[in-house]
Order: sequence, then C-alpha cells, then structure tokens
Amino acid sequence: MQTFKQKRMLLLALFPFVIVVLGFEILPLLAMMLDSFKADEGQGWSLMQYATALGNKYYLLALKNSILISFYSSLIGIVAALLAAYSITKLSPKVRNLVLMFSNMTSNFAGVPLAFAYIILLGNNGIFTILFQQLGWDVLTSFNLYSWTGLTLVYVYFQIPLAILLLYPTYFGIHEQWKEAASLLGASRLQFWRYIGMPVILPGVVGTFSILFANSMGAYATAYALVGSNYNLLAIRIGSLFAGDVFPRPELASALAMILGGTMIAAMWLNERMMRRVRRDLR
Amino acid sequence: MKAGKLFHVSVVTLVMLYLFVPLAVTFLYSIATDWYRTFLPEGYTLNWYREMLTDPRLLEALWRTLFVTVFTIVLSILLMVPTIFIVTVYFSKWERLLQAIVMLPYAIPGVVAAVGLIRIYSDGPLAISGTVWIVIGAYFISILPFMYQGIRNSLRTVDAITLVDAAELLGASRIQAFRHVVLPNIMPGVMASVLLSFSILFGEFVLANLLIGGQYELLQVYLMRRMDESGHLSSAIVVFYFVLILILSGLILKFGRSAKEENA
Repeated sequence: MQTFKQKRMLLLALFPFVIVVLGFEILPLLAMMLDSFKADEGQGWSLMQYATALGNKYYLLALKNSILISFYSSLIGIVAALLAAYSITKLSPKVRNLVLMFSNMTSNFAGVPLAFAYIILLGNNGIFTILFQQLGWDVLTSFNLYSWTGLTLVYVYFQIPLAILLLYPTYFGIHEQWKEAASLLGASRLQFWRYIGMPVILPGVVGTFSILFANSMGAYATAYALVGSNYNLLAIRIGSLFAGDVFPRPELASALAMILGGTMIAAMWLNERMMRRVRRDLR
Repeated sequence: MKAGKLFHVSVVTLVMLYLFVPLAVTFLYSIATDWYRTFLPEGYTLNWYREMLTDPRLLEALWRTLFVTVFTIVLSILLMVPTIFIVTVYFSKWERLLQAIVMLPYAIPGVVAAVGLIRIYSDGPLAISGTVWIVIGAYFISILPFMYQGIRNSLRTVDAITLVDAAELLGASRIQAFRHVVLPNIMPGVMASVLLSFSILFGEFVLANLLIGGQYELLQVYLMRRMDESGHLSSAIVVFYFVLILILSGLILKFGRSAKEENA
C-alpha cells in the first residue's frame, strides 16, 4: 500500500513538468483564447476581433488564400503520392527501401532551405529561368515563382514526401489474394479498384489529406522566406500582426490564430476519425 | 520489361526526380564559381565552403542553436521520463489527460503558439520575451509529442514496472531503482526520439524568428538573413545543414532499428 507521504513525494516529482507545461503551453493558449474575445488594447469583452477577422475583406481573403493553397497543394501532393506509393510497392524490395529512404530524407527539406533552393532554381535570376530564356523556350516566361502557382509548386514539394510516408503503409492493407479472388469471380481490374481497393484505402487517403491540409495551413517559413510578408496568407498575417512592421494588434492576431488553430484541430480530428475506421484495433 | 513495370518505374523516377532536382541544384550551386550563362556551372570551387567555415556569424548561430537544442532535449528527458513513469505506474487514471497535453502541440502551428507566448511574457513579472528562455520553453513544448512517444514506448517495452518491483525487492530505493535500472534501460529506445527532436529543432524557423529574431540569431534565422546577400554562400550553408540532418536521420534509423531488435 502506498502511504500518504509516498504519494506526496510522487506528486512533487511531477511538479516541474506541470510548471513548464502550464507556463509554455496551457497559459499562453488560454491567454490567446481570452485575448481573442477582447476589444482593441484589451478593453472589455467583445466579439469585434472575430467580426474583423471574418468581415474584413483583407483577412477574409487571407483565410481563403490559406485554404485554397492548402487544398490545392494537398490535392496535387496526394494524387502524386497515391501513384508514387503504389508504384513503389511494385518495385523490388531493395530499390523500394532505397526510394523510401530518399523520400523520407527529402521530407526534412522544408521551410527556409526549401524556399532558397527554389529561388536559385526558378527565381527571377534562377538557373532554369535564365537557361530557358537563352534556349528560347517560353514555357517559363509566364511562370513566376513569387505568384500563387509558384508558391503552390513549392508547397507540393514538402507535401509529397509526407504523403508517401503516410500512404505507403495503407497499400499493404490490400492483399494480393483479394485481387486473385476478385479476378476469379470475374471482376476486371477497374472493378477491383472501384469496389474493393478504393474503399479499403479511402479512409487512409482522407486521413492523409487532412494531415497535409493542416500541414500547409500552419506553414509559415516557406512563404515568409520566399517573399517576406507579401503573401496574404493567414499564418503570415498573424505573424505580422504582433511581430511585424505594421501596428501591433495582439487581440486581432489572437482571433486569427484561434481560427487557424480551429481549422487545424478540425483537420486532425478528421484524421483521427478516419484512422479509427482503417485501424480497427484502435476502436 | 512488362508495360506495367515500366509504368511503375517511370512514375517513381518522375516523382523522385522532382524531389531530387532542387537538392542537386543547391549542391551544384554551392560548388560553382559562376552559373548563370551555361547549362552546367562554368567552374568549380570550394571557396564558398571556406568562406562559410570562417564566418564567425555562422559559427555563433550554430553554437547558439546547438546550445538551445541540447538544453531543451536534456530538460525534456529530465522532466518527461519521471513524469511518464509516475503517471503510467501510479496515476494511470491521468494517462489520457497527459496524452492530450503532450499531443496538443502537434496540432498547434508555431505561429499560433507564438501569439500566446509573446502575450504572456512581453511584460509583467516574467518578461522573458526576447531572451533565450522563451525559446527553450517553446521548444520544450513543440517536441513533447515526439519525446512522449519514444519514452512511453520504451518504458513499455523494457517493462519498467517489473524492473522497479525487482529492484525494490532487492533493496533499492525507488529513486535508486529509477536512476540505476529504469533510466539506463530506456535510453537506447529514447535515442530515436532525441535525434528526431534534434533535427526538428535544427530546422525550426517560425518560433526562432518571432520570439527572438536577431537578438539571439539561431541557425535558420541566420540563413534567412544571409539568403539575399550571397546565393553561393547560402547554398553552401543549406548543403551543410542538410548533411547534418542526414547524419542525424541515419542515426535515428540505426537507433530505431537496434531498439526494435532488442525488443524482438
């Protein structure tokens, strides 16, 4: 039996962890939450920050831009990864491991270094940009790295390795025997994927998509490194509202952060639900 | 080769090429003398690396980053191991709460976390905003999910409860059992989480930039500020950083594998 004194000692040992978590996780989040319901300069309770965030065209556009670029980059990323991950399962084990290792390796290539690589590749004085000009190929003349298309291209780069990493295991949920059984029963390849393959991997795909979506919603470094605060993205707006060159408005930043955090938690929740459907052992 | 096989090989090649080209170009750029008129660089040089290694600003940023990461991770081990151990063994009804607390940062992007941190620590009795301590605190929270997973899994696989029971039976105090039996046994399993946290923190930009910026220039902030000055020098730094991360990832794989083999 534990004595009272022992129990107190144990609780005392938890104390430092509790302090740090309170100080750097819980209290800051709570402060942000409360701030978001206050008027400018913390004067009184009000919903005006949310009214501004969702009513002002500028901030609404930032939210829309963030959602759009996250949606498109996740969509392109997941389609590429669906194809790639399936093709990887068809390679010999040795090549397969090599490819997976390389893909995982590139998942570390994100943020500032990634933006930099794209600047020397496709920026105004980028190698490809100049080379293509000299060769007289005009495929790149209409391309601008600092446009939304350009940013999407860079986002796709960090989505693909993550998507492959997450999707690859779901393909092992499809057993070869199922294909044999289906074809014995007269199903075509298309029918197999339509009625058996897709339903099996779909929850995994949706879950992965939500992770990718959240990943790019929260992305800040890549866009910031490309053009500073010029992109009108939600994450960039939040940053410049409390630590940027404009007049600081921490209450508005808090409301925007709540909205961003809300979309991310919703995406994570969706992923969790989907994973439960895939992995029955979690239920 | 069958048509199907050819299709799969081309898909994989294409995607891998997409991932490979930016890396390869950055590397070539870092050893090129001039590269804007020709298909391949006009000449090759190691000057950019020499310049990089003699740049005191980089070395300082590197040391700072190293200090912050090592400090954060050591602190994390010191606080997390006993906490997870005590909660799983003695207060298992709190396990879900602990899990929620440590997984939450996973869903909170850096820019959101920074809002609240700056709000609390910019004035008042604890005005540590703009000092290294706010970064360490924020980093501690951001690696919680990874450290938790690693520590918990290895506590489970070494069967810590039985180990402590056995040690206590043999006359060890609870603290002795923890310090001399549990801790050494879980370290190999925790190594993978440690290295993963290392590579995450080395690549961290948002918190470093927003919480402390130029007042205490960390590696990624330095890189960001250096980017506009010299492309070749910056690419040398990017390559250097990437090699560092590669070594870390290699070690993660090695430790991850040996931990698995031990458990097998």
